[in-house]
Amino acid sequence: MELREFINFPGLTFPGLKITLLKPDIFFKQWYSWYSKIHSSHLESPLEVFHNHVYRLGIPDSHIVLMLADDMACNYRNPKPATVFSHKNMELNVYGDDVEVDYRGYEVTVENFLRVLTGRLPPSTPRSKRLLSDDRSNILIYLTGHGGNGFLKFQDSEEISNMELADAFEQMWQKRRYNELLFIIDTCQGASMYERFYSPNLMALASSQVGEDSLSHQPDLGIGVHLMDKYTFYLLEFLEEVHPASQANMNDLFKVCPQSQCVSTPGHRTDLFQRDPGSVLITDFFGSVRKVEITKDTINLTSPVEPPIKRSGSSDIQIESLTYVDQLPVAEIIHQKPKQKDWHPPDGFILGLWTLILLVFFQTYGIKHLKHIF
Amino acid sequence: MAAHRCGLSLVFILIFSSLACHSSCDSLENANEDTEEKQSVSDTPREVNSDGSIAAEDLNERRGRSTDAELDRRDGTRTSEALTPAAAARDEFQEELVIRPLHSGDIYASFQFRTLWDTDFLQEGQKVSHYRLFPKSLGQVLSKFSVRELHISFTQGFWRTMQWGQPFIPSPPGAELWVWFHDTVSDVDGNWKELTNVLSGIFCASLNFIDLTNTVQPSASFKPLGLGNATDHRFLRYATLPREIVCTENLTPWKKLLPCGSKAGLAVLLKSEKLFHSSFHSQAVHIRPVCQDEQCTSKAWELRQTLNVVFDLYTAGQGKKEWSLFKMFSRTLTEACPLATSSKVYVDITDNPEGELFELSPATPLLSQAVVLGDRRTYSVFDLTRAETFGQLRSLNLLLRWKGDGGEMLRPLLHAERYVAGFGLQTGEIHTVIYNNHPYRAFPVLLMDSVPWYLQLYIHTLTVTSKSRDNKPSYIHYQPAKDRHRPHLLEMLIQLPPHSMTEVTVQFERALLKWTEYTPDPNHGFYVGSSVVSALVPSMVAMNTNFTQDQPLFSSFVPVKEESSYFVRVYTEPLLVNLPTPDFSMPYNVICLTCTVVAVGYGSFYNLLTRTFQVDEPSLPLAKRLANLIRRIRGVPLLT
Repeated sequence: MELREFINFPGLTFPGLKITLLKPDIFFKQWYSWYSKIHSSHLESPLEVFHNHVYRLGIPDSHIVLMLADDMACNYRNPKPATVFSHKNMELNVYGDDVEVDYRGYEVTVENFLRVLTGRLPPSTPRSKRLLSDDRSNILIYLTGHGGNGFLKFQDSEEISNMELADAFEQMWQKRRYNELLFIIDTCQGASMYERFYSPNLMALASSQVGEDSLSHQPDLGIGVHLMDKYTFYLLEFLEEVHPASQANMNDLFKVCPQSQCVSTPGHRTDLFQRDPGSVLITDFFGSVRKVEITKDTINLTSPVEPPIKRSGSSDIQIESLTYVDQLPVAEIIHQKPKQKDWHPPDGFILGLWTLILLVFFQTYGIKHLKHIF
Repeated sequence: MAAHRCGLSLVFILIFSSLACHSSCDSLENANEDTEEKQSVSDTPREVNSDGSIAAEDLNERRGRSTDAELDRRDGTRTSEALTPAAAARDEFQEELVIRPLHSGDIYASFQFRTLWDTDFLQEGQKVSHYRLFPKSLGQVLSKFSVRELHISFTQGFWRTMQWGQPFIPSPPGAELWVWFHDTVSDVDGNWKELTNVLSGIFCASLNFIDLTNTVQPSASFKPLGLGNATDHRFLRYATLPREIVCTENLTPWKKLLPCGSKAGLAVLLKSEKLFHSSFHSQAVHIRPVCQDEQCTSKAWELRQTLNVVFDLYTAGQGKKEWSLFKMFSRTLTEACPLATSSKVYVDITDNPEGELFELSPATPLLSQAVVLGDRRTYSVFDLTRAETFGQLRSLNLLLRWKGDGGEMLRPLLHAERYVAGFGLQTGEIHTVIYNNHPYRAFPVLLMDSVPWYLQLYIHTLTVTSKSRDNKPSYIHYQPAKDRHRPHLLEMLIQLPPHSMTEVTVQFERALLKWTEYTPDPNHGFYVGSSVVSALVPSMVAMNTNFTQDQPLFSSFVPVKEESSYFVRVYTEPLLVNLPTPDFSMPYNVICLTCTVVAVGYGSFYNLLTRTFQVDEPSLPLAKRLANLIRRIRGVPLLT
């Protein structure tokens, strides 16, 4: 049957075409998790730029979990609201028009981060806030902020340690929540965060070794803060050249930002990874390609949806007209008696009770006792 | 006897069958009339456009409508055996933009998008699965949680009533959510909790912070804005998050709820870089049941998405009193949304009858008058469904250029302020001041205050004074707070004398929270949500109580029951209160100090008990040892 009869849209015309339904076959279900904590002295979160790259390489927003601890773009101190720039010449607004932040402000806590990773969230959590991955998903985790030897700071008031992170990944492995995981961290002494991993199929990259500081790249003299970290800047420059069909592999990623550019020594860890890093494509983690198979069979669309039966109210002979509620019914409000939850004895009860007791006392024992009281 | 009875029963059966046939025949005729009506309605746009060329969109609309009518007729004949004929659920979408220049040189733009849907989510045995213009995400939320009305708003900035007048749709700073549930809900609190979580996912906001510690059940405010008769306040929940920020990530899902998205129609103007560079930005979603037609015999669901924004003269306007669509939104309008039945732009020219205040270009012959907020206003109308609105360049860029300085703005009749008085970190006083600027009429207002539990109110210190005299409220509802469970709720119906200022004061004491309950930045302070003042303000002009389909959207939001007054809701400022904050480095300090004390103390004690002293002879240097060796051999006394 023709599509036009099936979908009835006044105002939109469909040429008379027969649609053959494509049979999509999702090859990898790629789950890309983006976690970021904004560096408190950095206006730019590399997150949005990654967002752009990851978007460009094919991962939909429903597969990205974005955590931003501070509101930078719409903060009153931002002279250009709703914009965040990665370069001081302000050519590209990385906050974009399409960004969807899943966890923001006070919701970015260590507990929420670990719950998202392990999947132990309350049942009423919406889908956009969950990591709905399974054992065939490749996950990319990117963290940035302030850190030290064995910890990463969250919101200036709590830390996540490398042991907690390693245990969380082990839980994920036991529950079959990932196929392969790439972990990138850009903080001071970042290599300490992946020292304790012990689950299989993990690959990690860090911007600096233990004992070294990661440095930031460019200051914005108008605002007075730095825009981006050095490692992230060069990593993003590298990703600019990656396109969905690129054959660049992990060894190229490890070479990003040598010490001459970054001042700190980037490190990586591949011993837990089962495949050879040289054979792992970058687009395995950063992009998503869906395989589509075209089928030549036609599918018959069933007849259009049965329109709903008119409400039973109209079958009555006399139809009552519905009315709007009075917005401020003063008379009704004044005479509204508040429901009394606790029962209190009526007024003067205690006084009356004592008068009764005294009366009975003096009745039985005579009035002569009165002088003892007064 | 039996024959008689048979005869009688036969007569009855005959009568009943004739009645039934009659009613079904009637309904069939009605169906035919309906379809004919639809045909005629679809014909009228053609008449309007007969002078100009028929726009492509109108043609398609008509064709769409006629196929609708054909379908209906076919359905009508198919189901004529059933007692009631069916009508396809119809969606309708209208959009409008109202531009109101303000006396201070700023400009106020209000977008309203309204989707009307003829279906009943809460009908028994009816599972709605066919969505067209109404967004599916909201439809599923409504049916799952049995929601009767839903009002949610996200606002950045505070509406300055004294400088800007009254807004079309008021909203408090931060996020506000109030919901009326259906009578059939048994666990309202459970539904409320799940609803806030689902909405936080839909709108990318932290609405999951709404829980029982900031939810109230107002007993007299926030009556339903939609159809209904019974109003049991057990099914109402109200919560605000004054700290919630609004940014692009909230605008994006809001735009996705529109049928045309942000690709066509008025929504192309909604660009975040310009919208958030403003003094006031508020976006809201209102869902309620409304009358389907003028007789109001059946319900339809209405989804209104409103966006109010006030652009500042000095930041967005660069100091020049000249506004245009391009300057405000960095876009111009090129077409109406093809799915909209009406798409209009209204410009308020009431203060500019002869054109002496500002000049509006391009000129338009269409004028419309509407009574809104108690005042009769005149508007220039630009109808985007007509091709000639766009002119030669195929784009509409409204331009308002000021020529002279405007006069004084009329003072708004109702205005409210709130502030915290007192000093120190133990006690304080909340003052709410309500102004009645009407010269001779007094009217009642309903003040609703919801204060978090950590500001412990002393209700015995509550005073209401007007014109330096005590003013006793006619109705007070107070629900005290329960620590960590429930906030305070205070509702009062106060009669405001004419031309007066009424002050409501109440003292409070600040509580000390547990150290895990503090936010990561406790020295910023804690927010107290805005007070809500609801009133029926006497109107200068008779309000229109008839409900008509052609009313512009901005004047038909609040249902009008009587002509002499209009309903208005005023929100006060939220308060920022500092609570006594502990020193969060104290646990670390205490651990260090305790460990040091224990180490030093225990160490010394242990040494004292277990240390023994031995005399130790010092060892002689090498030379002397050698000399001693020789002396031993010689038998002479040794050196020491």
